[in-house]
This record gives sequence, C-alpha cells and structure tokens, in this order.
Amino acid sequence: MENVISPTKQSEPHSEMTPRLHTVQSLTHETRDTFTIELTPTDGGKPNRFAPGQFNMLYAFGVGEVPISISGDPDKPDRLIHTIREVGTVTKALAHLRVGSTIGVRGPYGTPWPIDKAKGNDLVIIAGGIGLAPLRPVLYSILSDRRKYGQVVLLYGTRSPSELLFRKELQKWRARFDLEVKITVDRAVDPWQGNVGVVTTLIPRVSFDPDQTTAMLCGPEVMMRFSIMELRKSGIPEENLFVSMERNMKCGCGLCGHCQCGPLFVCQDGPVFPYPQVKKLMNIREM
Amino acid sequence: MNQEKPDTNNIFVIKKDSLAGLFENITKAGYEMIGPKLKDGTICLDKITSLDDLPVGITDNQEPAQYRTKQSKSDTSLFSYVVGPHSPKRYVFPPRHQLWQINRVNGDQQIIAQPLPKTKLAFIGIRPCDLAALKITDRVFKGGKYTDAHYTEGRANNFILAVNCVKPGGTCFCTSVGTGPKAKGDFDLCLTEVYSEAEHFFILETGTKLGSKMISGVTTKPASKAKLKQADKLLKAAEKNMGRQLETDNLQQLIYDGANRVNWEEVGLKCLSCTNCTMVCPTCFCTSLEDTTDLRGTTAVRTRVWDSCFNEDYSYMHGGNVRSSSRARYRHWISHKLAGWVDQFGTLGCVGCGRCITWCPVGIDITEEVVSLKKRIATKKAEATAKER
Repeated sequence: MENVISPTKQSEPHSEMTPRLHTVQSLTHETRDTFTIELTPTDGGKPNRFAPGQFNMLYAFGVGEVPISISGDPDKPDRLIHTIREVGTVTKALAHLRVGSTIGVRGPYGTPWPIDKAKGNDLVIIAGGIGLAPLRPVLYSILSDRRKYGQVVLLYGTRSPSELLFRKELQKWRARFDLEVKITVDRAVDPWQGNVGVVTTLIPRVSFDPDQTTAMLCGPEVMMRFSIMELRKSGIPEENLFVSMERNMKCGCGLCGHCQCGPLFVCQDGPVFPYPQVKKLMNIREM
Repeated sequence: MNQEKPDTNNIFVIKKDSLAGLFENITKAGYEMIGPKLKDGTICLDKITSLDDLPVGITDNQEPAQYRTKQSKSDTSLFSYVVGPHSPKRYVFPPRHQLWQINRVNGDQQIIAQPLPKTKLAFIGIRPCDLAALKITDRVFKGGKYTDAHYTEGRANNFILAVNCVKPGGTCFCTSVGTGPKAKGDFDLCLTEVYSEAEHFFILETGTKLGSKMISGVTTKPASKAKLKQADKLLKAAEKNMGRQLETDNLQQLIYDGANRVNWEEVGLKCLSCTNCTMVCPTCFCTSLEDTTDLRGTTAVRTRVWDSCFNEDYSYMHGGNVRSSSRARYRHWISHKLAGWVDQFGTLGCVGCGRCITWCPVGIDITEEVVSLKKRIATKKAEATAKER
C-alpha cells in the first residue's frame, strides 16, 4: 500500500502532527514519582502561549507521546512548565531527562478554565493528587489579579503527606490572608498534623456564597463526582461547576478518536467541561 | 474531485469495449487507477491498469459472517457484485503511514516530516455508499478546527468513476440511510450497468467538467429514453432488494437512552473484540501512533496506524482501561456510529454498506442490534410503568 501514495523529495513542515523541539532547562523532583520540567524551544523562539487548563503532547525520543497539562504561569511566557507523574513508559522516559535534553512538544490543545467568567465570584478550587498541576496556572492568574475575585478557596487532597506537590508554594499560599488553603491526606504519617480524610470532607468547612461561586475540579473521576455531590449540597448551581477530564489521547487535536467520552472529544471539547455537559456521561460506567 | 455541480444533462450510453478508451484517457491524464480486482476470492480495491484487470462475471453472496464470490463463465458483466472489504479509505488514509522521523546528530535533534502523498488517484467502480463515506471522512479530517494534512493531500486531485448498484448484497442497507443505490453527485463520472443475455451496455452520467473531458474521444451515444428507463427500472428494483434495513427514526435519542438504561450483556458476550468491523468500515477513522528507533538509537520514526475502539489498550490510561469489557466497547462503537457522530459531524457515521455485518466473524448485525436495543428499552419502560402502578 505504501508505494501507491508515493512521497516526493520535497520536505515540508506540515500538519498538527509534527512537534516543535524543546530543550530541558531544569528538572525538579516534586515527590517520589512526580517531577516538574522547564522547557524552552530549541529554535530560539518563545514557547507557544497557553491558557490555564490547556495541555501539550510531550514526545520522548523513540518512546512516544503523552498529553500533559501545563502547570506554569501563563504570564511568564519564557519557559514552558509541565508537572508529570511517572506512570507509564513515556512519562518514565521523560523522568530520565537531564538538563540540556531535547523533547518534542505539540500544542497547546484543549479548552481552558473559565477564569474570566469567574471574575466577581467566589472561587472554589478542588484538586486531587496530580490534579493540582493543571490548576496551578489558575492560581497564578487569580493571584496576579486578586482583587477581581471574591473568596478564593483551594482544597487539595493527596494519598499521603509525601505526595504533596508544590510544597513551597503551598506553604506560601497558606500564609496569605486572601486565600484559604485546606489540605487533607488519605493516610497520615508522622509528623503530619493536618487533616486526614477525603477531600470532600473539607467542603462543608469553608465559606463561600453558593449563588456567586465558581468551582473548578481536577482529579480522579470518582473524587470529582463526590465533590460535586457535596458542592451541590451547599447550593452551588450546576452550571457554575467545571471539571477537567482525562482520557487516552494520541493526537490531542480531535483526529485520532481515542479520547471520546460519549459524543465528546475530550482533547478538543475539553479537557475542561462545564459540569452539565458531562454530568450524564460521568455517571455511566465504562464511558 | 472538482467541487462543481453535477451537469445532469450529460447522459450517454457506452458499450463495455469503449470503457477501455476511458481508462486510457484517465491514465493519460496522469492518474493512478484504483479499482475492483479479484484477490484471494474477494473483491479488493487495488491498482488497476486496464479494463482487463476488472473482475468479469463475478457475483458475490454476503450474509452475516459470510462472504463468497462466484465466477460464472457465461456472465460477462463487470459490476455484478457489491463492496468487498476494501473502501477508498485505505488509499486516501492508508492503514500505516509514516508521519516523520527524528534524527540525533551530535546531541542535536532534527525532525524531518514525511512528504505528503502527491499521487493523483482515480477511483474506479466506487459505489454510492463509499462516495457517501468519503464525504463523511472529508468532514472528519477537513471540516474541523484541526485538519489532517495527509488525508487532505490524499483527497486532492481524486478522479471518481462511480458505479450505481443494481444488485444489492445480502447485508446492504444504503436506502435506509439515504446513500444509494444510485449516486447523487460527488462523482466525475457514474456508470449504471445494464446486463442481460440479450444486451449489455452502461448508462454513463457525467458529474463534472473533468468527467466530460475524460470521455472525449471515447465512443458514446446519447442515451435513448428506452435505455434510460431500463436502467432506472433496475435501480428502482435495487431499492427494494436491500438485504437489510436500518430503522433510523429517532435513532440518536434511542441510542443515548440505551447507553445506561439497558443491558448490553448479550452482544458483549458475542463480540470477540476482533476489530474486523472497524477495519472494514469506510468511515472509521481512529488511529494510533507507533514509535520505533534504529538499533543505534540515532533515528526514531513515527508511524500512524489504523486503530480500533475494540482494542483493549485503545482507552488505556494509567491504572487501567476505561472500557475494559466487550459490551462497553460495542456500545461505544454503535453509539458513535449512530448517535455521537451526528453531534460531532452533523451526519450519521454509517453509510449502509453492510461490511461490518459481513465481516464480523460471529455475524453481529448492526441493524438487528438497533431493533434489539429498541425492544430492550421498551421492556425496561414497561417494567418501570408496571412498578409505578
């Protein structure tokens, strides 16, 4: 079949499917299995601009590509920052990168968090595990424009204290008077003195005006489902809830089919969805 | 293919031998011809160079999980069969194609994109269902926010010689989804074969200026009313001879209703997740990416390959598969074809070609599954009302 459509000698940069090469400027281990990399384009240009919530396809030489959300500050466009958990072959290969290594980047793709729409509202941000990474750009954006928002609450849950991401920043954020940060772990280990339990238990303990609140959630689907139940109990209307979904992705741009969840392409229609759009789908098994 | 409106005033009669002249014109115009060819007992789409490559006197018998071709010595018809496992998809969107390669030289890396296909393809003997399928994949790959460069290039400069279906197969249901048995445009030329022991001719319709140009110098006669009537009669009869029927009333709602409300166990137990249906489907477009390196680790190649939602790792995320059971995968597939597609691309993902029924090794029939789903939902609703009382 290959010789039927015969390539010509002409080589052209084309299609969404070709990555742009980037150089690793730094690699920091956040936890045992999570690390943050800072990248700059090898071509000397600036990284592509992004909006909080969007993701890139990261390519490790000869191993493959993975969709990873951007965890950096959208207002600091000189470096592209990703926080990655080592769970598969590609992410393991990425973990072995060194400063100066080259990787491929395609994107950014996907829908952003509704940061502008949330202006004037209270904001509840709920993250589970690595789910804090795609929400960190939201915090950066909000804190740089803090007066535009009402109460801002971050609720963050991980399995154990050693799995907390962005520790230094969390400490700084917790010390602020204009930000309410509550953290919980599933299993406490000494000397943990904080909350123990699932993240949903934190929801009744923070204050916000339910009619004027926007909530953004990212984490395992089960965590988001239960958090939404709790948020609904407190009276936040469904249309003010936003979730970030995850599916297998090969292309990131709506062409490979893998990320479908019902009629939605998570890569293109999401990953950030208004909850009413995915409500039914989230409650169907194996969707 | 050119995007001109079909010029329906140009209808001719052409004899079988004169088709050779048409094929010559197509080749001379720089096209590579892809047409039906008998291969391993099946009608495949393959490179053809002349009229002699076409299967003569072949008929096919298609039923769920069954495909047989039969050669008749006395029969000299050219198109008395319907679609085989191949569709034009495999030429405009090959099962495997390289996207790019990356080279490591002295610590630097360089990406070299694979040049796009430049061959002008002429599709010969393409059936109305497959024309409709091309229109659908056009929307998938060219109609969205991101377009696929390889597909777009593969579709550019296609020439299409379509053939209307006068002998629908046992698994055909194009009338149900409005795609056949007569092509309604989207071709350069279209043939209707009229074959009997007494006579053998083709009605030739030109759809574009390019089509008209291609028949210059080829012996044709204006079509008489009597001959047109003969062809029309065959096509009318074909409409009534579909082996299958798909109930499309309220189909999308039905599928969405059924996603969670009813049990998919029965079809899940039958389905082998073999991916045959998705491989033969002319609209299925899912792909995966393969990365390989040479032994020295200096060159890595990225290849795009057809994938299937029936594959286990299709929905894999860290920790497991979203759809680990066959019933969930079947539900996903049929829901996408008949409901999700409408939301995504404004059209059904099914063209009624019947391939998925024929090539399913256990004979799962999409039209029967719709009937069964309808029944299951009705039963569930009846149970619910009974409970309320």
